[in-house]
Amino acid sequence: MQSNAALEYDYSVAKLYTYTAILFGFVGMLIGTLIAAQLAFPELNYLFGEYGTFSRLRPLHTNVVIYGFTVSGVFATFYYSAQRVLKVSMAESKFIMFVGKLQFALYLIAATAMVVTELMGITQSKEYAQMEWPLDLLIVVIWVLWGVAMFGLIGIRREKALYISMWYFIACFLGVAMLYLFNNMAIPTYFTSGNLGSVMHSVSMYSGTNDALVQWWWGHNAVAFVFTVPIVAMIYYFLPKESGQAVYSYKLSLLSFWGLMFVYLWAGSHHLLWSTVPDWMQTMGSVFSVVLILPSWGSAINMLLTMKGEWNQLTENPLIKFMVLASTFYMLSTLEGPIQAIKSVNAIAHFTDWIPGHVHDGVLGWVAFMIMAGLFHMAPRMFKREIYSKKLIEAQFWIQTTAVVLYFTSMWIAGITQGMMWRAVDEYGNLMYSFIDTVTVLHPYYAIRALAGVLYVTGFAMFAYNMIKTMTSSRELSEEPQFRSPMA
Amino acid sequence: MTIFLVVMLYWYIVYLYRSEKKGEKDYEKLGKIALDDELDSTPVNTSDPLPTDNKEQNK
Repeated sequence: MQSNAALEYDYSVAKLYTYTAILFGFVGMLIGTLIAAQLAFPELNYLFGEYGTFSRLRPLHTNVVIYGFTVSGVFATFYYSAQRVLKVSMAESKFIMFVGKLQFALYLIAATAMVVTELMGITQSKEYAQMEWPLDLLIVVIWVLWGVAMFGLIGIRREKALYISMWYFIACFLGVAMLYLFNNMAIPTYFTSGNLGSVMHSVSMYSGTNDALVQWWWGHNAVAFVFTVPIVAMIYYFLPKESGQAVYSYKLSLLSFWGLMFVYLWAGSHHLLWSTVPDWMQTMGSVFSVVLILPSWGSAINMLLTMKGEWNQLTENPLIKFMVLASTFYMLSTLEGPIQAIKSVNAIAHFTDWIPGHVHDGVLGWVAFMIMAGLFHMAPRMFKREIYSKKLIEAQFWIQTTAVVLYFTSMWIAGITQGMMWRAVDEYGNLMYSFIDTVTVLHPYYAIRALAGVLYVTGFAMFAYNMIKTMTSSRELSEEPQFRSPMA
Repeated sequence: MTIFLVVMLYWYIVYLYRSEKKGEKDYEKLGKIALDDELDSTPVNTSDPLPTDNKEQNK
């Protein structure tokens, strides 16, 4: 390792991922808003021929916001914060720097190929795992490169103790590696059928109930290890750093970490309640989902208590506002999920709009709020300029908070209405409503959701504008801010 | 399985508090890693056992 005289943290890879997070975030949310509008106004399906239909765009929306926006945000915040908590610069190792840049180049190729292939309708037809086998192989390479960069930095660190955020990033790396490999085991049919059909096509190694089980072991844990674990890593670094307050209880953070690791992996079968999966497995999924409240709330409460005695910052600093609300939405979402996983509640909730409602109060209120707050915090340090506009952040906060509230409240009402109407029977035991009856009743709620989408993507455009102006034309800083991010 | 996890959880809580009380670890100090994260700042580095003089202070 070189001497650290005149050495600085190197944010070149973090900057690259910041750009893709902004780009994919906007594109993914725009597509999401369009498909929300399509559900309310079906004629919007015919705007771009086959490329604009709901069935083509819905997987594209989920993949772009997960693998484009969120994963870019995870990599950006990792390449920023890992250097700082390990007290080592990427510039100290040409090898790690090369690995980081190679990883980004391959990531950009994979993400672009993902958008193109899914627009063309090339898909494995597995939820959150639509990408076909050549892309899966490329993703394995990208993930391994991330591991090399991560453990390379850990190997040359000055700070011998690993900060709690690093444990969460390591868990994200290991968890996704294991689950992604198992779920995407597939046979490319072209090579096994005497060169028939498309090279891109493959068939899963699993079938029937086993396929469903492996799929939702992955599906639920994609939520765990992409939407939860690395986002917790972010809040454990960015909230203390921005507020100048150390984590309220480090011991609680460790306890919550191991609790989350032990419990999360067992909860996936709650996606298959009332299905052909063995009953004991369904019960296990329900029980572990309820137990999951403890480690999730452990982290969230730890974050709220970190602000103890410093709640004035909530009114003074909009980034604290974003992070505290993110933590609060994490609590809401991790209480709502276990409630939905109780078998009797699930009998009403399953397949209804309450499920996307639940997902979105998590991803819009927790994941996206935290990523945007993290990127805002990083911007003055990476670009050595103050944040362009505090007023714009404040306006963005309220527009997007209104959007999240409109989204989940409309979907709560829609979902429970839907579930009750599907189950309603008359005195002779006949179903009282046909499917189209529910569609008619739900129309206003779908329209409210589309409006929520418009508001949220407007807020994201404000975030993107603020970030671009910060990078290009904001006032230059003479020295790096220690805690609170400077903003005009 | 549930009983095993509950036992493990309580054992871990006891372990965390006992190791701090004995002066073997100082977990709360690790929270400062995020705050004092300059490249040239002194590492907190308390994953290693505390130096002898610190241990005596904690007794």
